[in-house]
Amino acid sequence: MSLLEVRGLAVEFDTAEGPVRAVRGIDFTVERGRTLGIVGESGSGKSVTSLAVMGLHRGAAVTGSVRFDGTELIGAPEESVRRLRGRRIAMVFQDALTALHPYFTIGDQIAEAYREHHGGSRKAARARAVEVLGDVGIPDPARRAREHPHQFSGGMRQRAMIALALSCEPDLIIADEPTTALDVTVQAQVLDLLAGQQQARGLGLVLITHDLGVIARIADEVLVMYGGSAAEQAPADRLFTAPRHPYTRGLLDSLPRLDAPEGEPLRAIPGSPPSPLAPPPGCAFHPRCAVYAEHGSPLCTADRPLLRLVAEGHRNACALDEVTTG
Amino acid sequence: MSTASPHAGRPEALLEVRDLGMTFPGPRGSLRRRAGIRAVDGVSFDVHPGETLGLVGESGCGKSTTGRMLVRLLDPTAGRVAFRGQDITRTGQRELRPLRSRLQMIFQDPFASLNPRQTVRQIIAAPLRAQGESAQAIRREVRDLVGLVGLAPEHLERYPHQFSGGQAQRIGIARALATRPELVVADEPVSALDVSIQAQIVGLLERLQRELGVAYVFIAHDLAVVRHISHRVAVMYLGRIVEIGERQQVYGNPAHPYTRALLSAVPLPEPAAERARERIVLLGDPPSPADPPSGCTFHPRCPKARELCRTEPPLLRLTAPDGTRQAACHFPEV
Repeated sequence: MSLLEVRGLAVEFDTAEGPVRAVRGIDFTVERGRTLGIVGESGSGKSVTSLAVMGLHRGAAVTGSVRFDGTELIGAPEESVRRLRGRRIAMVFQDALTALHPYFTIGDQIAEAYREHHGGSRKAARARAVEVLGDVGIPDPARRAREHPHQFSGGMRQRAMIALALSCEPDLIIADEPTTALDVTVQAQVLDLLAGQQQARGLGLVLITHDLGVIARIADEVLVMYGGSAAEQAPADRLFTAPRHPYTRGLLDSLPRLDAPEGEPLRAIPGSPPSPLAPPPGCAFHPRCAVYAEHGSPLCTADRPLLRLVAEGHRNACALDEVTTG
Repeated sequence: MSTASPHAGRPEALLEVRDLGMTFPGPRGSLRRRAGIRAVDGVSFDVHPGETLGLVGESGCGKSTTGRMLVRLLDPTAGRVAFRGQDITRTGQRELRPLRSRLQMIFQDPFASLNPRQTVRQIIAAPLRAQGESAQAIRREVRDLVGLVGLAPEHLERYPHQFSGGQAQRIGIARALATRPELVVADEPVSALDVSIQAQIVGLLERLQRELGVAYVFIAHDLAVVRHISHRVAVMYLGRIVEIGERQQVYGNPAHPYTRALLSAVPLPEPAAERARERIVLLGDPPSPADPPSGCTFHPRCPKARELCRTEPPLLRLTAPDGTRQAACHFPEV
């Protein structure tokens, strides 16, 4: 049994300007000890997906299936989802300062979360908090546990949030842009920490980011999202060396790289990501697509293309896949 | 990618920055109130006509403060800035006005820097109107400018909120270029944009430089973007330049351990290349400018630090034999 199985997940919001289909039926699986990277730009639906999996989608209509370790979460009583959340599924957010309570010490917050799920004495919970703070590389953890979030630097706060996530010994961690607010030297530390803990504890990890470099560093599998749908899904090595979807290819071509040959121009993708309020008909990417521009097919404007298997473990949602890959 | 600096080695600089410093008052009531916080300390560089100088570093390194002092949005507390040989460090706002048209700025958040109540036409026309051009000339130039930055004439009567982030940044660029400046200071101009849009704006800035000969000071934390657009690069750490030189030198063969660590921390978008790479992981966070370490301010995080580094602040000195790069390190890589 897979740790997390998501099938046909769709999320719809009601807004003043009408209903928004933020996520339109996506599928993915996360195994124990593996890292799935979900990559996309603003409006791609990547963050909404993670919130829906966690049951944190206030006021949105969520359909499809989210099975965690065999238990269906969609439609399950709020109380039972809440018990899983924090205990077996933990979340790491971009902004630790808003995720941590400013009034309580770091140690008290971790101890409180631990006691809520595991019970036991206050003293044991405090000891557990100091232990996990040490695990995530916070020097002098017994002293730092008595400090408040504002006394921590950005990188240390992110470590503290990872400690909070790990304290209840979860099976799955969902990390939404966990290093986006950090400087690059600190980002490297936090990514190493996440990957190291994930390996050591055999956790499933879902990493949501806009940064393909971060994905390349720690993901095993990658899901590329665009306009609320999956564009492409592949093992990380394959996605970066043999991308199939015109959007994935465009994204990689438009990225400046430190190891690019001198004088190599950037090839930008024209246009902007679609507004979820007024998505284009058919494939959400077709108005910006180089392959559509050249080989335009009515298929591209008729229906949202579905993911189809194009190689082992590699799926592409493009009606012109054969054209692209010759 | 830009080729070698078009003005490398030529003496006459467009902008000369010497020992520039900015000390902010320390927190009220603290012992440091009097000493203040040195956000920028002893920064010197030249910018030549038509070239791009990249200014990189992590948050709090003083790169944005430096950029703001170059266009006098902030008044430096030390040092001087000369534009075309004229010292503008203490020029009054009135005498500064004619210079404003030759020295412009682009900001990170395009929406925050555009007046939401003005149409695109009004926004772009404002600097031209300030120069006292005729209504007819302004109409013509505004139309040329929107075309130049890749917007359509029908966009002219719209308001900023009707645009995406990338388009709004194009409006900011059109406004900055309206008076045909010789130098534009661009502070994180693409970091708020989606990845697929960043390349559009970088490409636009490069094309405008080729067509108009404008020089840029390009401030960013993204090392790959800076490598792509810059002819020369300055790396800042805790208010000081730790390495400056030709792009090929700084990126291809960095002399300062901080530059090396910074470059090795940027993940490459390819798992195999990423795994094969040698990485230097720095310990700890960048220190606070309110409480800088002694000696070389990088020494607590430096893998090569020795006793001398704890006591003596290193000066910037030439480390490449052909004079194309300087580094502030007692033990630079050679």
